[in-house]
Amino acid sequence: MKELLQQVINGLSLGSIYALIALGYTMVYGIINLINFAHGDIYMVGAYVGFAVTTSLHLGFFPSLVISMVVCSILGVIIEKVAYKPIRGSSRIAALITAISVSLFLEYGMMYFVKAETRTFPNVLGKNSLKLLDGSVVIDYKNIYIVAITIILMVALQYIIRRTKAGKAMRAVSLDREAAQLMGVNVDRTISYTFAIGSALAGAAGVLVGVYYTTINPLMGIVPGLKAFIAAVIGGIGVIPGAVFGGLFLGMIETMVSAYGGSLYKDAVAFAILILVLLLRPSGLLGRNIKEKV
Amino acid sequence: MNTNLFRRRNILSLFIIVFLYIAVQLMSNLGIIDSYIMLNLIIIGINIILAVSLNLITGFTGQFSLGHAAFMSIGAYASAIATTKLEQPFIVGILMAAVSAAVAGVIIGIPTLRLKGDYLAIATLGFGEIVRIIGLNVDYVGGATGLNDIPQYTNWTWIYFMVIATVLIIKNFINSYHGRACIAIKEDEIAAEAMGVNTTYYKVLAFTIGALFAGIAGALYANYFYFIKPDSFGFMKSIDILVIVVFGGMGSILGSIAGAVVLSIISAFLQSIPELRMVVYAVILFLIMVYRPNGLLGKFDLKDLKLFRKGGKVNAGIKGE
Amino acid sequence: MSKKVSLFMSLILMLSLFAGCSSKATGGNSDKIKVGLNYELSGNVATYGQGLVEGIELAFEEINKNSGVLGKQIEMIKVDNKSDNAEAANVSTRLATRDKVVAILGAATSGNTKAATPAAMQNKVPLISASATADDVTVDSNGKVREFVFKTTFSDSFQGVMMANFAYNDLGLKKAAVLIDTTSDYSKGLSKNFQDTYKKLGGTIVTEEAYQAKETDFKAVLTKIKGTNPDVLFVPGYYEEVGLIVKQARELGLNVPILGGDGYDSPKLAEIAGRDALNNVYYSNHYSSQDNTPEVVEFKEKFNKKYGKDPDAFNALGYDLAYFLADALKRAGAADPVKLKDALAATKDFEGVTGKITIDDKHNPVKSITIIQMKDGKPTFLKKLDPQ
Repeated sequence: MKELLQQVINGLSLGSIYALIALGYTMVYGIINLINFAHGDIYMVGAYVGFAVTTSLHLGFFPSLVISMVVCSILGVIIEKVAYKPIRGSSRIAALITAISVSLFLEYGMMYFVKAETRTFPNVLGKNSLKLLDGSVVIDYKNIYIVAITIILMVALQYIIRRTKAGKAMRAVSLDREAAQLMGVNVDRTISYTFAIGSALAGAAGVLVGVYYTTINPLMGIVPGLKAFIAAVIGGIGVIPGAVFGGLFLGMIETMVSAYGGSLYKDAVAFAILILVLLLRPSGLLGRNIKEKV
Repeated sequence: MNTNLFRRRNILSLFIIVFLYIAVQLMSNLGIIDSYIMLNLIIIGINIILAVSLNLITGFTGQFSLGHAAFMSIGAYASAIATTKLEQPFIVGILMAAVSAAVAGVIIGIPTLRLKGDYLAIATLGFGEIVRIIGLNVDYVGGATGLNDIPQYTNWTWIYFMVIATVLIIKNFINSYHGRACIAIKEDEIAAEAMGVNTTYYKVLAFTIGALFAGIAGALYANYFYFIKPDSFGFMKSIDILVIVVFGGMGSILGSIAGAVVLSIISAFLQSIPELRMVVYAVILFLIMVYRPNGLLGKFDLKDLKLFRKGGKVNAGIKGE
Repeated sequence: MSKKVSLFMSLILMLSLFAGCSSKATGGNSDKIKVGLNYELSGNVATYGQGLVEGIELAFEEINKNSGVLGKQIEMIKVDNKSDNAEAANVSTRLATRDKVVAILGAATSGNTKAATPAAMQNKVPLISASATADDVTVDSNGKVREFVFKTTFSDSFQGVMMANFAYNDLGLKKAAVLIDTTSDYSKGLSKNFQDTYKKLGGTIVTEEAYQAKETDFKAVLTKIKGTNPDVLFVPGYYEEVGLIVKQARELGLNVPILGGDGYDSPKLAEIAGRDALNNVYYSNHYSSQDNTPEVVEFKEKFNKKYGKDPDAFNALGYDLAYFLADALKRAGAADPVKLKDALAATKDFEGVTGKITIDDKHNPVKSITIIQMKDGKPTFLKKLDPQ
């Protein structure tokens, strides 16, 4: 029982990291239907920015979080302008290959400058933990930070999308780009906003993961990027609460599979669930079913 | 077009095929082509088979697959088991590879091909990863250590004729009634269905044929490199194959061939700048996608080479996107 | 017609370009000795490849400064194999046939080394790996020694057996849990040998769990392991993951001894795990980086001067590998691959930073093993075991 409780906590903290990355993924996909493979790498850049800020400028956790978010959102906009805008009219597959090339560029460009070795993130949040039930259940304070920041960012995002003008424009563009343009929405600017926000979220996730797991390296974005994407699909891609739900769901599944003896096949189970979800509810667990247009 | 003419063309192409084979074989015997060039020719050959077979799935039938390396790995393992553990000749290994990859293609294809576009891509990616993880955990095939000391049967003759067979079979498939059904699915699935094309059947058929040839490529790979392990067939390998297809041009067999050749040459050149290799590769990829989104030979194919044309404009509908 | 011709022309042109580009290398009879480096400089094990290359480059720099070997300078030809089999084979062929190197160093992992082996064997160029630990790297499945392949590091069997003995006999722990990296043959090899020996000694393996390299969250498996109440946890892996595993295990209150192999050796281990978590951790290694022998101290100083950081196991193994090769070259008396092979096979008591190396008849090093105990994040020498 205690063990189960501990596993639930483990699952929640792992899941909230997936959720945080998945939020950005889902936004970008929702608006331009592009599997932005570079998203995981923006998250990696965010972690390195946070690392640089905390080690050489000796700033605390929150300033580094904010700086990293700003840098990443600028990076996101640049990537969109330089790489994705020119191929907006091309086929889906050309767009995907472009996203992969951006991803490789970020990974190996970063590796060229910082080398492949793992860096250790300074511990800027202290290492207190909450011990429940005679120490048999442990909650790290960093877990609480991560879950709280994920929820705050999700709520903020929902607010931006539901209540602000820019958010309304985003929804309009994702629904029908041409119609939105005819109604006077500046599509280019809206897409830039989306990338800025999505990338800022990735930057935040990068710093949080850096602080939580302490290690960062230039290829750290690949696996979480993929997992976050799965999470976004499970939750229903393009749906904000879906990304958070999908992240938590995936984190919990992985944890429970490991907990009950399947650690060898943990990732296989994650992918199997993904495929099941796709087959049974292609629009995701929280997504709306969209009728095919003829 | 009269029959006489394309018979002559067929003879001509046959002549070129045989000539190329003999020329390379001779140069290899004389030592003009050394083992390094030969190795690269073999890598190019394997990549051509992979790219052409994926092109059938993605370029011609329009089904977005990110799991092609999984079929390659199934073929590689099947052949490795046949030739190492069961001590069968290479031809048995190739057959086992083709059959097991094709069976996997059917098993994976039937459920997933109901999905469309990016969703299909993700599902196939998921299957690819599942195959890899199973490979990592099954001790019979060596787990992470992989299979060792696989006899080296693959040589220029095998590679060359397998490439020719792949290209000819897939080309003829595309030019057949079935192939046109596949192309119809790519152009507009709903319209194709309305016109009476059994879309599921043709999608699974294309997927299975693609998987079969990927399996053969896997067999050639395993029996050339002595050693295979699950991580050689990860999702980056699938992406590499897809890059060849898109780089060369979707829906262009000649494009896939050119893509495999050009990318191998680029890769060989970049070996000398190890630190910046992947960065330069990424930039080249990006520039191609921006300036030639249809790939090197996007709207140009074997049929445009008069050499291979069978006549008329029967296939005028086959064009890259 | 013109289209067809131009296309074929361009194809042929490309092929000839290809042939031309690679034929620029000249013969090996210049005033330099060419050594090929076939390493994982990109791809998923780039960390290991880059670490080894750092050590190798430092060593060759020193050698060249001290007037080289046999009066000639060493020229390194460094090529990236992308952590990929086919690419490793490709690179190895290129180095052997195009660049005509006298020896190939690499690759970092057993798998890529195996893939690089055929080219070395066919072209009769010695191939030496400083980090491929699988037992069958130097010996084929029929038990025949691969004539041109050498390694300068322990085999998996040696370390796994030693650590099982250490856990059962020295520490007196009877129930072990094992946590392996499924993607690593090194990890699997160590684990298999550890488990076999441990069970033979009378111990029980309470559970075997797994992770994949590059993962960062191990809490689920660790919680599970904690529930099985082991006396000891054996984690054969590399410091990046092991650091996190130790840290998270201690956070979860799993305080049993953690044992592992030479993959632990890095100053980063303490950085990642945190100093206070790193107690009750033991691993086998080639040497103790806290050794005060002049070689070790000097190496650490030089390494720190060039790279601004402390060396890890890969750096040290790479450094030794370069000197190991230079030593054999001197004894061979000429930059000739076949003579070099014989000299390599005859290596006796080569003194390196990571210990004394004698090559046995299976082309494996006979090396003594050191067991290191971590005390508050500091590796301290515990005992040294000589090979039987």
